[in-house]
Amino acid sequence: MNKIANRVKQIEAMAQKTGFPVYSEGKNPLVRGKIATPRKELQQASPKLVSLEEAIRQSGLKDGMTISFHHHFRSGDKVINMVVDKLAEMGFKHLHLAASSLIDVHEPLIAHIRNGIISRISTSGLRGALGAAISHGLMDEPVIFRSHGGRAAAIANGELHIDVAFLGAPSCDSLGNACGYAQGENVKSICGSLGYAKVDAQYADKVVIITDSLMPYPNTPNSISERDVDFVVEVDSIGDAAKISSGAIRDSKNPRDLLLAQTAAKVVINGGYFQNGFSIQTGTGGASLAVVKFIREKMIEKNIKASFALGGITTHMVKLHEEGLIERLIDVQSFDRGAAESLINNRMHKEVSANEYASALEIGSAVHWLDMVILSALEVDVNFNANVLVGSDGVIRGAIGGHPDTAADAALSIIVCPLLRGRIPCVVDEVTTLITPGTSVDVIVTDYGVAVNPNRPEIAERLKVAHVNVVQIHDLKEKARKIIGDADPLPFGERTVGIVMSRDGSVMDIVRNIKDK
Amino acid sequence: MFIPGNNPGMMQDAHVYAPDSIMLDLEDSVTLEEKDAARLLVYNALQSVDYGEIEMVVRINPLGSPYGHKDVQAAVKAGAHVIRMPKTETAEEVVELEKAIEQIETSLGCVGRTKIMAAIESAQGVMNAFAIATASKRMMGIALGAEDYCANLKTSRSKEGAELLYARQTIVVAARAAGIDALDTVYSDLNDMDSFRAELRLIKQLGFDGKSIINPRQIEIVNEIFAPTQKEIEKACAILAGIKEAQKRGSGVIAVDGKMVDRPVVMRAQRCIDLAIASGIITKEDVYE
Amino acid sequence: MEINTASAGTLESGDILVEIIPARQKGIEIILSSAVSHQFGKQIKQVIFQTLSELNVTDATVHATDKGALDCTIRARVTAAVCRATKTDVWK
Repeated sequence: MNKIANRVKQIEAMAQKTGFPVYSEGKNPLVRGKIATPRKELQQASPKLVSLEEAIRQSGLKDGMTISFHHHFRSGDKVINMVVDKLAEMGFKHLHLAASSLIDVHEPLIAHIRNGIISRISTSGLRGALGAAISHGLMDEPVIFRSHGGRAAAIANGELHIDVAFLGAPSCDSLGNACGYAQGENVKSICGSLGYAKVDAQYADKVVIITDSLMPYPNTPNSISERDVDFVVEVDSIGDAAKISSGAIRDSKNPRDLLLAQTAAKVVINGGYFQNGFSIQTGTGGASLAVVKFIREKMIEKNIKASFALGGITTHMVKLHEEGLIERLIDVQSFDRGAAESLINNRMHKEVSANEYASALEIGSAVHWLDMVILSALEVDVNFNANVLVGSDGVIRGAIGGHPDTAADAALSIIVCPLLRGRIPCVVDEVTTLITPGTSVDVIVTDYGVAVNPNRPEIAERLKVAHVNVVQIHDLKEKARKIIGDADPLPFGERTVGIVMSRDGSVMDIVRNIKDK
Repeated sequence: MFIPGNNPGMMQDAHVYAPDSIMLDLEDSVTLEEKDAARLLVYNALQSVDYGEIEMVVRINPLGSPYGHKDVQAAVKAGAHVIRMPKTETAEEVVELEKAIEQIETSLGCVGRTKIMAAIESAQGVMNAFAIATASKRMMGIALGAEDYCANLKTSRSKEGAELLYARQTIVVAARAAGIDALDTVYSDLNDMDSFRAELRLIKQLGFDGKSIINPRQIEIVNEIFAPTQKEIEKACAILAGIKEAQKRGSGVIAVDGKMVDRPVVMRAQRCIDLAIASGIITKEDVYE
Repeated sequence: MEINTASAGTLESGDILVEIIPARQKGIEIILSSAVSHQFGKQIKQVIFQTLSELNVTDATVHATDKGALDCTIRARVTAAVCRATKTDVWK
């Protein structure tokens, strides 16, 4: 007869042959017995749902390890300060803080650095008092600066190993399905894409999601899957909702911004890539946003549609998408509320991780398929090198962002900057700090004319035909010098306070400490 | 383009917007307490900032005020191309300004360098428009100042500009009769570019040579309205090419497309090409190569 | 030359606020505050000093708050401040 009892011998034989154990009721700890609790209640008892302190304890974090954060909450972020305060309270030392970026609100880190809780930092940028303190020599170890694509690649290939990632999320269920917004639910704040955090979630040894809106399971859609999440911590507030996603950035009425934007738009339209199905990325500066307005008019006039817009997405881009001028939006970071809401409402608005966005290691990363990018810069030099990190006073006050990634991979990269900011020259002999090498920068748009990289003579020709005022980069530099005179050298010291990594994992430049006069 | 004379930031880079002319103002945009400082600022800026090909105008305070003559001195010494006299009512005032300019130019050894533009801002000024326009060989243009004019007329400005029609036409006719430029008043609502456009179409049709503006954002629209069409440019190019051809043959008679072309037509063609170049539609090389 | 306290200029971008006060000691003392003092501090002080010399001011204390002014603006503001401080007029 065909009964289980009759097949025991054969079951045991096959188990032995295949190396698997024989099934035995209740012995495997991974297979739980019947639980009768209603599932709504059971969710509240999720073993992943713990306090911050418990999550830290259970994560196995030790002194000297690497912790990571994202900057999707911009100046509204409370997560970094909250977690590091807790780590200080718990007595951790010498941690390596690896954030996708750090900004003004992270000023309290200065005290934690002084007290030895944080002894190394990796980031895309530094601003405000923290940047100034580090420039003046706050840390013994130099800060490692990477672009967004460079950071994603370094995490993926193990160069930047994350022990524990602390990732704030506007919504999350008790199993760890986290998202930058919530479909159909009210959450305290939304940030839209969690593109930078997705990399950390995928590669960190332990992942802690910190949320102030605990959702019923399943929280779909999810940016970060429960599969990648070890702990979920519910807190009162992850940040200031108004600052996490601000209203649409107002259109600039500054005549200089408009002049720069208009000129940049001419370069976009006549540079040779403005054709049906083109793709584009723009920044969030006044001039960059105004460029979108001018390009839009031309797209309508010439009946040209873009296949996608990439990058930090803004309300301006969303409007073009909703008008049918841009087919798809690829979004690693939603810059304002309109962009975050579009991610909820528009099917063709896609969230991507920093790897899919800008990693040099991934053939499929979106920047490889980008026709044009419009960037800004603190300064550029006569060899088309660009600096977006260190200010004219020698103080770190910016972020690398996706600058070198997009400039290198786009078919046409355009940097927009005024010739002068007050008495600060923006076209110089040599940039203070090298961030984006000149070989990847094609066109520099200033209010005194447009310079085209000699590597791209065909672009210069096209622009001249279109009556764009094409000038020599050396003439721009001379013009600036004539107006403001010769600058004295900055009083840099001998210590290295920052290391600028190229997106290929090599060292591009270093930043030295600045001395006060 | 009007630039307040006490604003160094705007003075330094007004030229990047490529207006045809920049007017540094010492009059209405400068408070009484700052007249001295603004005058020095304008004087130093004119001497140091590279304004390129742009025509530089200084609007002085009335000669009867404590500031007028000092303003003239500063403007002439600094090499302004044009002095704009505000609230001009009679030809005698122009002559008085001419004398002041000439005296300073004589001491500098550059007699004849500085031109005069008179702003007509009252009923009396409008009635004397032709006399003002012909009061001096230095006169290069007359301009309407509508705010004061409307106050003087006991009316206010409207979008349609009916109240200005007589003054505008008088000024254009006087300027044409005197062979100088006619320039229209400012339009100050920067949030209503449509009405600005409509006003530009009107004044272009009336025959004005240009418009005074208060913000770089207005430049593009002025150029757009004043710019000749592609068809007009092509026709003008053909006429000018015809002249060249005729000159080569040594013939004084020009015919384009079988039609005789006389002097006014040639002048209009030249003006069309100049405008097209000024508006950036074509470059000098396009025409003269 | 008698110098009273006087100032000229503004704190707008591209301008410089120059305040002249009677000298505390012999000579010219310039106290400059500027975001570009690293690169242009020397040059700005030089322009102030030179303008004062041309106006025959030998003893004065100058407080200058720079907002990215160009040399021509600095000259104009220093001259205006001196004229106000000495109640003189450069335009005869």
